[in-house]
Amino acid sequence: MAPIVSVQNLTKTYGNGFQALKGVDLEIREGEILALLGPNGAGKTTLISIICGIVNPSAGQVLVSGHDVVRDFRQTRSLIGLVPQELTTDMFETVWNTVSFSRGVYGKKPNPQVIEQVLRDLSLWSKKDNMLRELSGGMKRRVLIAKALAHEPKILFLDEPTAGVDVNLRREMWQVVEKLRANGVTIILTTHYIEEAEEIADRVGVINGGKLLLIEEKNALMRKLGRKQLRLELAEPLATLPASLAAYDLALSDDGSALVHEYQGDEGQGSIASLLAMLAAEDIHFKDLSTRQSSLEDIFVALVAQQAGEQA
Amino acid sequence: MNTEAIKSIYSFEMARMRRTLLQSVISPVITTSLYFIVFGTAIGSRIESVEGVSYGSFITPGLIMLTLLTQCISNGSIGIYFPKFTGTIYEILSAPIAMTEILIGYVGAAASKGLIIGFIILLTASFFVDISIAHPFMMLVFMVLTAISFSLFGFIIGIWAKNFEQLNIVPMLVVPPLTFLGGSFYSIDMLPPFWQAVSHLNPVLYLVSGFRWSFYEIADVNPIVSLGMVCLFLVACLSLIGWMFKTGYRLRS
Repeated sequence: MAPIVSVQNLTKTYGNGFQALKGVDLEIREGEILALLGPNGAGKTTLISIICGIVNPSAGQVLVSGHDVVRDFRQTRSLIGLVPQELTTDMFETVWNTVSFSRGVYGKKPNPQVIEQVLRDLSLWSKKDNMLRELSGGMKRRVLIAKALAHEPKILFLDEPTAGVDVNLRREMWQVVEKLRANGVTIILTTHYIEEAEEIADRVGVINGGKLLLIEEKNALMRKLGRKQLRLELAEPLATLPASLAAYDLALSDDGSALVHEYQGDEGQGSIASLLAMLAAEDIHFKDLSTRQSSLEDIFVALVAQQAGEQA
Repeated sequence: MNTEAIKSIYSFEMARMRRTLLQSVISPVITTSLYFIVFGTAIGSRIESVEGVSYGSFITPGLIMLTLLTQCISNGSIGIYFPKFTGTIYEILSAPIAMTEILIGYVGAAASKGLIIGFIILLTASFFVDISIAHPFMMLVFMVLTAISFSLFGFIIGIWAKNFEQLNIVPMLVVPPLTFLGGSFYSIDMLPPFWQAVSHLNPVLYLVSGFRWSFYEIADVNPIVSLGMVCLFLVACLSLIGWMFKTGYRLRS
């Protein structure tokens, strides 16, 4: 299936000479949830802004559903909804008017049913006649999402959607995202909260310094790059490691009460069974065991550190 | 053509006028009424007439132009500056809408507001002084062309301005001197020759003169020249905006 968004060798240099994107290639599949991870200033917002038409590319091409975002902007932009990072709202407008306005500028005929449904989904219905300046930050965030959904887009960009959002709203937002996904909407979110990507994304892309470092299925990424750790609490402390265990990547804790085994996520199965068998043969008993899988955060930190190392 | 978008922007802007009725309609009407009381009635009663027209009647076209210019510039500039300032411009820029459609929406609304206020002032003036309109069609042409040109000019200022001070500097500092020295309150024949020559460099002179001609058939310059000058200004503004849109000047980096 052709990708719904295809970014080819995209470069952006701003007027002040800052190069925000240095040749990004990216394909977004229809119906997926893609999380773009990266520290502040990595180029996430620039990438999104070019796809959405707010910023002009310096070089390279972006196709949305096969149309060029610069030349065929009418086709591409009507497919896209954008929730910006900043809480920017028309303070003196009502919720209903501002969401209806959004539908209008996207060229759709007024449709109160759609607006009502969007407002109800985001628990904004009771606030529909309130002025935006009367709303809390979390409510304003919902309004921005409602505005982005008012023209029933096929692709939704959420730029740091959960910055400054409380737990309840966050859960509600993910419910909305799930519902949209069920309706076939493709969702791209940028974040520097790794848990978020871990929680919701199908695929994860990591951006830093204007480059896409990797893009991978979340689970595959965790398996491939995630290190696992097995910790065995021993029944009786050991003074030294028996020589028969030297073949394993094992470490003895300082007080000799625990054995720690580190392995790559995708190579563990066989080695652990034989390790345990070997321990039994050596008559080493353990009273407890625990495993820990490195999170996306560890993976991410390692990647960014690696890139920094390569540049140094 | 994304007509829904133009409609949305236009009605959004017009809604702001309704919301700020006091500031956008009542205040210019009060200001103009004060001009009529002070210049038209108090001082004007001591001036017999200018070129055969009573002083109060003579200044009416100039006062309407003064308000029309100021209103169109400020509406045209704030309309596009405010979304830039609050950041809501992202929505306009990411919508499937061409720059020309954005322009029609904002400038159309600004010009409409200016015209509405212009007509309210004409109505107000008719309570204070005798008004006769010799060429109603030409009066309308002058008003509409002026409204559109100066709303475009305001739009340019709104895109150019980086802060509220810059936004206000043209309407506050540039327009009033041009209007006062553009023959709103006198015929430039009353000036010494040197200042007459200087006045001919003032674009507002041509507007006021042409507009006054459509009322009383008296003019400081040939009405055809006036019309030409308005059109020239319109074309100049359009070209500048065309360049801004092409380069994305201060709007789309």
